[in-house]
Amino acid sequence: MREPHQSDPSRSKPKTKIILHNGEMMSRGTMRLRQALLISPGMLAIILLLVLPSLSLFVVSFLSRGDYGELVMTFTWDNFKRLAGHGFFGWSADNLVIIRRSIVMAFFTTLICIVLSYPLAFFLASRPQKTRMLWLTLLLVPFWTNLVIRTYAWLLALAPEMPLAKVLSLLGIIDADTPLYPGAFAVYLGMVSTFLPFVALPLYTAVEKLDWSLVEAAQDLYASRLRVFRTAILPQTMPGLSVGVILTFVPTMGMFVVPDMLGGSRTMLIGNLIQQQFGTSRDWPFGAAISLVLMILTLSAMLAMRRNPAPGVH
Amino acid sequence: MRRSFSLLSLSAVATFVFLYIPLLCVAAFSVNASKFGLDWGGFTWDWYRKLIHNEVILKAAFNTLFLGLVSTAISTVLGTLLAIGIYRFPWRRKSLTRLETLLHLPVVTPDIIFAVALVIAFSVIRHFTGLFELGMTSMIFGHIAFQISFVALTVKARLALIGTDIEEAACDLYASYPRVLTKVLLPMLAPGIMAGAMLAFTLSLDDFVISFFTSGPKSTTLPLLIYASVKRGVTPEIHALSTIIMLLTIVCVIALQKFTYQRQQQEKQ
Repeated sequence: MREPHQSDPSRSKPKTKIILHNGEMMSRGTMRLRQALLISPGMLAIILLLVLPSLSLFVVSFLSRGDYGELVMTFTWDNFKRLAGHGFFGWSADNLVIIRRSIVMAFFTTLICIVLSYPLAFFLASRPQKTRMLWLTLLLVPFWTNLVIRTYAWLLALAPEMPLAKVLSLLGIIDADTPLYPGAFAVYLGMVSTFLPFVALPLYTAVEKLDWSLVEAAQDLYASRLRVFRTAILPQTMPGLSVGVILTFVPTMGMFVVPDMLGGSRTMLIGNLIQQQFGTSRDWPFGAAISLVLMILTLSAMLAMRRNPAPGVH
Repeated sequence: MRRSFSLLSLSAVATFVFLYIPLLCVAAFSVNASKFGLDWGGFTWDWYRKLIHNEVILKAAFNTLFLGLVSTAISTVLGTLLAIGIYRFPWRRKSLTRLETLLHLPVVTPDIIFAVALVIAFSVIRHFTGLFELGMTSMIFGHIAFQISFVALTVKARLALIGTDIEEAACDLYASYPRVLTKVLLPMLAPGIMAGAMLAFTLSLDDFVISFFTSGPKSTTLPLLIYASVKRGVTPEIHALSTIIMLLTIVCVIALQKFTYQRQQQEKQ
């Protein structure tokens, strides 16, 4: 952004300071008024619809639940204590297990997506210009297909009548006529297929701009394949990779559709726990407390990533 | 090197197969004649025919489009103005960082958090004013909330691309500011605004979580309908519906690709 040029001070001093902004002379006040007018509707909407509701979340997380699910205006730490395991029936690790499971699942989903995305990105970038558009479209279609449909589609694909379950039952891995859901396997399939394009697309844009001379130089100097990747490819694709990681890690932490449809009680994640409090349990204060913890978890993960992007990157 | 490249292609193609297997299953079952179970009972178009006469589904389709169009229209205007206000004026470094943090909030926060926050906020408003039953209005507000940022960030990229020269030239020729905005800046921003609007619209059509929490009994959208019917037990009509939505997605993606590709070609010339 250009700094506004100040008018020449040696001339007779005007009462209002005249500045040059985008080729136009105006007083500083006029410019401030214009920028305020331009941003205020949008900012107002963001503040009213995102910031204030989030603050109300903060307030509600310290209230308690009445007998009929209403909010009772007393200050309490109970919701956070409950999340840490101190429930009505003594200590239980249930909620902490769910939080740990969410972090583990978000981590591994992101990792699997990265591992699958690298070959995909190089494959896309090495297609000739003519067919590349087609391959990209093939990647964009699942990316834009509705999440509920895609998750339900896995439910169909994993049904006992389908080839995948039949093959596995022939091999004796599962019993005949049992579906491959609910369970961690199905949830991982759903998660990875949902978020793969979120990693693959930014990674592709990074790979497309890759400076191959660095890769060749590394190869000429007899670097092992791993070393070529670590020193020549990884740092160059880091910008795309970090965008992909953010776009995957953040939503997987809060995901509830996929575990809800493809998983059972054993694959319950933070998102399901929150949804439960706002649905059947109608315990908003507890739900708000969990949401707050989720928000802190994702924000701290983001900050950690920004501070320390990856080894080998300056 | 050659061997590793073929391994790479193999892995990439396998990934594509992995992405498409479930979608193809849905499409296959949408033309399966057997009503119960997943055994193959012959080919039929029946489910598509029944779909057209299903009023619940038609109503949900209407709701989805209405919600998408209204929220996209509003958020495109707000997001575009916001981007111009933020990125065409000098800001103190600190204020700029704050504004950008606000703008990035929806990108870096799981949507379920905003969804439940909105549920609480709407219920507080309802408690004090009696207004704001959950329904289409609350859904529109919910969608606008996360769309604005995506529009603003898309328009920002375009603003950076076109530079300030032409605006400055217009000002030098004594064009008034409203004239600069409407005759110079907005036409040049048009592709960016268009891309932002398309993104906002697809985000709205795609959204499940915000709609799930902020919808009322009368404002069911297609994703909500499909989710509910998965919980109740799916009828083959849902397969047909999902297939149609997938086909529409394909058409939209191809159209968008063509649009952006042509633009790129034009700009290169």
